[in-house]
Amino acid sequence: MKNDKSIVVEGVSKSYQLGSQGESYETFRDAMVSLLKAPFRRFAALRGGGGAGDENLFWALKDVGFEIPEGEIVGIIGPNGAGKSTLLKVLSKITEPTVGRATIRGRVGSLLEVGTGFHPELSGRENIYLNGAILGMGRAEIKRKFDEIVEFAEVERFLDTPVKRYSSGMYVRLAFAVAAHLEPEVLIVDEVLAVGDAAFQRKCLGRMSEVSKTGRTVLFVSHNMSAIQSLTNSCVLMSGGRSVMHDETKKVVTEYLNLFRSSSGEDFSEAARYSFELGQKIRIMKIRAKTPIEYGYYFNDDLVFEIELDSKVKKEGLRFGVTIADAGGQGILTTSTACDIDVEEGERAVFEIRLSDTNIVPGNYVMSVSVGEGNLSEARVQYDVVNPGPMFCVCDFDRSGEVLYNWNPAYGCIAHGGAAFNRVA
Amino acid sequence: MSGTAASVEGDGGAGVMDREVTLIQPRKGWIGVDWREIVRYRELAFFLVWRDIKVRYKQTVLGVAWAVLQPLFMVTVYAVIFGELMGMGSRVPEFPYAVFVFAGLLPWQFFQSTVTQAGQSLINQQNLLTKIYFPRLFVPSATVGAGLVDMMISMTLYAGVLLIYQQSVSWAVIFVPGLVLLTLMTALGASYLLSALTVTYRDFRYVIPFALQAMMFLSPVIYPVTLVPSEYQWILALNPMAGIIEGYRWSILGQPIELLNFLISMVMALGLFTFGLFYFKKMERRFADIA
Repeated sequence: MKNDKSIVVEGVSKSYQLGSQGESYETFRDAMVSLLKAPFRRFAALRGGGGAGDENLFWALKDVGFEIPEGEIVGIIGPNGAGKSTLLKVLSKITEPTVGRATIRGRVGSLLEVGTGFHPELSGRENIYLNGAILGMGRAEIKRKFDEIVEFAEVERFLDTPVKRYSSGMYVRLAFAVAAHLEPEVLIVDEVLAVGDAAFQRKCLGRMSEVSKTGRTVLFVSHNMSAIQSLTNSCVLMSGGRSVMHDETKKVVTEYLNLFRSSSGEDFSEAARYSFELGQKIRIMKIRAKTPIEYGYYFNDDLVFEIELDSKVKKEGLRFGVTIADAGGQGILTTSTACDIDVEEGERAVFEIRLSDTNIVPGNYVMSVSVGEGNLSEARVQYDVVNPGPMFCVCDFDRSGEVLYNWNPAYGCIAHGGAAFNRVA
Repeated sequence: MSGTAASVEGDGGAGVMDREVTLIQPRKGWIGVDWREIVRYRELAFFLVWRDIKVRYKQTVLGVAWAVLQPLFMVTVYAVIFGELMGMGSRVPEFPYAVFVFAGLLPWQFFQSTVTQAGQSLINQQNLLTKIYFPRLFVPSATVGAGLVDMMISMTLYAGVLLIYQQSVSWAVIFVPGLVLLTLMTALGASYLLSALTVTYRDFRYVIPFALQAMMFLSPVIYPVTLVPSEYQWILALNPMAGIIEGYRWSILGQPIELLNFLISMVMALGLFTFGLFYFKKMERRFADIA
C-alpha cells in the first residue's frame, strides 16, 4: 500500500556543474586577461548555461529511489561522497533535484547542522528563539519548551551572555538542545550527533531514541554504526550517488562494511583528517594493510600495516599512534610506537607496524593512525590524524582440514587452526 | 516544490493521508510566490527582522542613540556643505534648506542603506541558505524591514526639525503612509533583484555602492527637481526614487508636484518590485548550489 508511506523518493537525480564556480585567479592580470578573452563564455558559465558541456556535469545523486513507511526510523549510510548529504538537502527543499521527485507526507523538520542561524552577538536566550523559529517552531511553541531546552543544554547561568562568549561545548549543547525539541512529523537529521563530549552524545542518542518511539518518521544519516544499529530498524545504503540497498539495518551495515573493505584503498593523502600545528608539513600519505588474504587477517595473525609518511620538514622524535576500533566506533586497542622516528626534509618514509597477539574477535575493524610526539603515558602532541583509516576484517580460520574449535564465549565459536592430527603408530 | 502545502485528495486515506504533502521536483521557468507558505513562516519573518535590529547596535557605547545621531549628523553635513557652502540653499527659497534636504534624505537614506545591506544579505548568510529551508525572500526582506525602523526614527526627528523651523505642514501629510509603502516596495524590488544577482555574479558587490552613489545624484535629494529643464524632468522620473522624493516634499511641505512625472516614477517603482520579485523567485532554486 502506498498510502502509509511517509517518504517516497522516485528516480531523484541531482547534477552539479563542475568548474564554473571553482575558478580563481592568482593575479589581477590573469583575471583581466581571461575576462578580455572570453567575457561572454564566463558570463554563460556563471549563468550555469551552455559553454561547459556535459562532461563537466557531476551527478551527486543518480536515480535514487526508496520508500519509507510512516513511523519508521531509517538510517542512511554510505562512504563519504556517496550523496547522503545532497539527498537530505533535496528532501529538505534546500536544493532542487535535477530529475525525479519526492513526496513527503507530514510536516518536515530538517536538521542538517546544529546551530544554523545562531548569531554570535545575540544572547543564549535570544538565540533559542531565533534558532527555534529558523527550524520551524512558532513563538508560542518555543516559549512552552523554553525551560526544557535550557535544562537540556545546561546553560542556565549564561542565558543572557552573547553566545560568542560561550565555550564551544556550551554552544553546541545549546544548539542541539533547541534542535532536539523540534517535533515535526517527519524529521530529517544529518550527522549531528558527532558533537559534544561523550556524556552529551549519550544524551543526544537517548533523545533520538525517545523521538523514534513517538511514532515520528525519522531519516537519519550517520557514520556511527553503533548509533545506527541501536536506533534504526532499516537502512538505505548510498554509494556513488545511488541508493544501492534498502533492507534491515544489520544486512545493510554488513554490506556497507564490505563496500569499504573493497574500496577504501590505501591512499589517505586526501582523506578527511585532523591536522594540528605541523600536520600540514608532516602528513600520513598511505596506510596499507598487509593482509595475508584478500581483505583481512585470520584470527590472531599479526596485524601488519605499512605507513607512508611525507615530511616537508626535518623532525626528530616522532611517534606513531595506532587505534583499532570495532565497526561501531568503539576503541578496542591503542598503542604508540616506543622508538623515536626521525625524518628528513622532503623525505617520504615508509614504516611497518606489527601488532601481535591482539586476540580480537572476528569482525570488521577500523584503524586510525596518528603521527605526533610523546606517547600515551606522557603528554602526546598529535600532528596528523587519519581517522577513519583503513578498514579491515579479522576472519575466522580456514575450516578445511583439521580444526580446533575454540569455545571461548568472548570469541563466539572460532575454528582454530592449531590442530594437528597425525597417526603416530 | 511548487505545491508545497497542497493537500492531496486521498482515496481510502487514513493516517498520513490527512497530512500536508510536500512535493519535491524540478521546476522550470518563472515561479510565482507561494503566499500560503509566507503566511505559514510569518513568525520567522518577524524573528529575522528582530534579529537585524537587535544586532545592529550591539557592543556599541551609544547603542540605539546611533539611530538618532546618524541622520542628525547627515542632515547637518548636507545642510552645511550643499546648503551653505555650495549655495544650493538659494535654489529653494521657499524652505529652509535643512527642511528641504531632510525630506529628501528620509526616503533616500532608507533606500540606500537597505539596498546596500540587502544586496549582500544572501551571500552573507550562506549557511542559512545551504542548511535549512525557509522562504528565501525573507532574507533581503528582513534587512529592508529592519531599515524601516530607522526611517521611523528619522521621521520623528524630522517632525522635531519642522517644529524648530516653525515650518507649517501640508494637509497632504496624510499620504505619507502611502509614500512609505511605495518607498518600501522600491527598496524591496531593488533588494530582491540585486541580492539574487549578487549570488550569481559577485561583481555586484562592487557595483552596488557605486551605482547607488550615482543614483543619488540622479535623484532630487540635494537639489530641487526644478533645477532640471521641465522638458527633461520626465527622464529624471524614470528613476522611481525621483518621484518618491518629490512625493515626500509635496505631501509634507506642500511643494508643488508634476503629477505625470510622479505617476511615471510610481509605475517604475511597481515595475521594479514585480520584476525584482520574479527574478528572485526564478533564481532562488539555485541559491543553495552556488551561494
